[in-house]
Amino acid sequence: MVEAAWLIPAFPLAGFLLLLLVGPKLGEPRSGWIATAAMGGSFAAAVTTYIGLLGLDAHGDADNDRQYVQTLFEWVPAGDFQVDIGFLVDPLSVTMTLFITGVGALIHLYSIGYMHGDPKFSKFFLYLNLFAFSMLMLVLGDNMLLTFLGWEGVGACSYFLIAFWFDDEANASAGKKAFVTNRIGDWGFMVAMFLMFTTIGSIQYTDIFANAAGISESTATAITLLLLVGAVGKSAQIPLFVWLPDAMAGPTPVSALIHAATMVTSGVYLLTRMNGVIDVSASWAPTTIAWVGAATALFAATIAVSQNDIKKVLAYSTVSQLGYMFLAIGTGAYVAAIFHMITHAFFKALLFLGSGSVIHGMDNDQDMRHYGALRKLMPITSATFIIGWLAIAGVPPFAGFWSKDEILAFAWEENKLLWAVGFITAILTAFYMSRQVFMTFFGRYRFADVRAEELEELAAMKVAAAETAVTEAEAGIGDAEAAVAKATEKLEKASEKLVTREAEMADADAADEKATEKATKNLDKARDGVEKAQVAADEATTAVEAARRAVSAAQAQVAHVAAASMGSGSLEFDLFVAPDLGDIAEEDLPEAARARREYHPHESPWTMTLPLVILAGAAIVAGGMNLPFASDLHFLDHWLEPTLVHPAHLTSSASVKWILAIVAVMGGAIGIAAAVMIYLKGRFPASKVELPIMAEGWRFDESIANFMGGPGRKGFDLVAWFDATFVDGAVNGVGRVVREGGGQLRRLQSGLVRSYAAMVAIGAIGLIIWFLSRASF
Amino acid sequence: MEVSTDWYLILSAVLFSIGATGLLIRRNPLVMFMCVELMLNAVNISFVALGTELNDVSGQIAVFFVLVVAAVEVVVGLALVVAINRRRRGATADDISVLRG
Repeated sequence: MVEAAWLIPAFPLAGFLLLLLVGPKLGEPRSGWIATAAMGGSFAAAVTTYIGLLGLDAHGDADNDRQYVQTLFEWVPAGDFQVDIGFLVDPLSVTMTLFITGVGALIHLYSIGYMHGDPKFSKFFLYLNLFAFSMLMLVLGDNMLLTFLGWEGVGACSYFLIAFWFDDEANASAGKKAFVTNRIGDWGFMVAMFLMFTTIGSIQYTDIFANAAGISESTATAITLLLLVGAVGKSAQIPLFVWLPDAMAGPTPVSALIHAATMVTSGVYLLTRMNGVIDVSASWAPTTIAWVGAATALFAATIAVSQNDIKKVLAYSTVSQLGYMFLAIGTGAYVAAIFHMITHAFFKALLFLGSGSVIHGMDNDQDMRHYGALRKLMPITSATFIIGWLAIAGVPPFAGFWSKDEILAFAWEENKLLWAVGFITAILTAFYMSRQVFMTFFGRYRFADVRAEELEELAAMKVAAAETAVTEAEAGIGDAEAAVAKATEKLEKASEKLVTREAEMADADAADEKATEKATKNLDKARDGVEKAQVAADEATTAVEAARRAVSAAQAQVAHVAAASMGSGSLEFDLFVAPDLGDIAEEDLPEAARARREYHPHESPWTMTLPLVILAGAAIVAGGMNLPFASDLHFLDHWLEPTLVHPAHLTSSASVKWILAIVAVMGGAIGIAAAVMIYLKGRFPASKVELPIMAEGWRFDESIANFMGGPGRKGFDLVAWFDATFVDGAVNGVGRVVREGGGQLRRLQSGLVRSYAAMVAIGAIGLIIWFLSRASF
Repeated sequence: MEVSTDWYLILSAVLFSIGATGLLIRRNPLVMFMCVELMLNAVNISFVALGTELNDVSGQIAVFFVLVVAAVEVVVGLALVVAINRRRRGATADDISVLRG
């Protein structure tokens, strides 16, 4: 039965090759079904292997503790260096393959729905299958080089899939960032591998297990730290975590499979695999691992609190949870690390897939500020997401509670400060996950709201309109004033005429009445004209003033909107109150806003909801793998025992464990309660906890960029100069010496036979002289 | 007066020197060939003389090899000389230097 091990990676490889050949011809959805079937077959093979492994004696002689090595063929036979393509089947690798293939198959199924309509549909599944193959080679390989092959393979697939929609520059550069950052870690892995070979002469795991105890402390410490560098890169720990949040540029199933459930846990796997080496290293080496994990857990959790992108929250959450696993490894609790890895794979894959379902239903909008009240619109997604939330928040009896509690208990026994960091992280975890759930599924439906940038646009339009009005009114003033002047002129002329007439009237007694009347009429007319002109002028002035008022009002609105959006980014937005549209009419709204009002968020198809339901079930019951109540219930402990040198056990008394568990539950409750107060009841403004610096990830990424762009750049330039001058100079110098020497020597070949003969003669004479000088007579 | 081995060796040395000098100073390919023959036969004399002196037959065996090689060399060499002479009448060894580097 264990002989089926080779089938586990063979299925995805076959799927990959098949899709490579005929993928585009098969198209949607058949290529998706083929890939999913390959993963299903792989899962079946993994289960078969698992059953076969159960049949092997768990407590046989020391060398054969439930271990089966399947060698397919020689890969690199080079003198003492011997590497085979072979699989190491033991409880650790089988545990990994079970959840990789299981969760992987579900995510493949989910992707059929999620990637619906994508022009590169079959290519996506091709990459997914290649990834699954690489990941399985990573965990099943029976030597470090094969693991490294898988390690690089998953890195390459991660790059392909992050940059899957590479039309967008941001996605392409996110892929590059992940790839480059991982290279730093790979360096550590490689050097560790070299060091291992020079120390024990083999990189085969079985040889490493057998000889680990004989490695000197300093060498073991060096190997441990180098492996830590590798693991820090792949598993996104401080300081190399920066690529993981950016990796969210890839499609959501990728985030779930690669950047939450499987690939990012390979660092944890590697360190667990090498526990024999860590065991003989100096005691500060594991402590370093623990502190790296604890620091990352807390650091990432604080950042997650201020993220508004639904996937970014989960990305930082993943970094934080991986920190927990490192913390566990550092305290020697390998089983707890693997336990948390498995439960995390279930609930984090569930959360990511749930978020993908939400994004799918919300027209690809990822901003949680635009969600709200999706509980009723997406019943299955929300129910499963809530289960995932309870699992990660540490609410018993969901899976996350058991694994996190175990890690915290080990941390407590190692160092109280480590426990405190882990505990604060647990509170924050409960808080930010509750925040996410409340913002997404509860509260006010905000998708149809007019958004800040749209309001800004509207205000700008208003200002423009008001300014036009002012210009028009000012033109009106000019007209009116001209009219007034004209009328006044007429009035003066009329008065003059009137005066003349009156004088004439006085002169001529027998007054020409008709003429007088006419003059009077003219006078009246002129007076009317003046009055009208003045009224017009007044009106124009009033209009101008009104227009000016409108302009200043519009400008104030613009300033308000701008000030709001300049701030934390969440000031303008209100969770509970719809934005005040003022006198903006419905039909004046931007087209996008009107389209959103028409849009109806929808539940996803069954291919997407079925994996959610299965994963939710797993997230509920996975804690049963390792229950703390009795030694008989420590299933995972007993199962993984053969792969560990020193299986760690908690030594605290039952009462201490109970108190720790209760404190942990209370911590989770505090986090959830705080989120309820802020995001559900609105007792406190969210801006009190969502600090801008946290939203920017403590400017960590930016600082690296600044350093690398400034002093770092100079250093690199120096290295590049050294390379070009000395390294290249040495290589080119050898070439030049040979070429010029050859140029000189070729003159000897003159083509003159006699000079050759002379050279032979001189040589012969020289030889004779040499022999004679050495001879003793 | 008995002719001792020394005489043979001296004759051999003289013949060899004449041949070597001739090879170096003459430019006619045919004469140069003769000089090479002279050198080879000088060596043959010393082989035979020393073989007799040391009572070792391998000296004479070596002479046979040298003779065979000399014959072969003459066959190829003369063919070359004839071919070159057909092309360029009166060419000396120094004129045929097209193979210079």
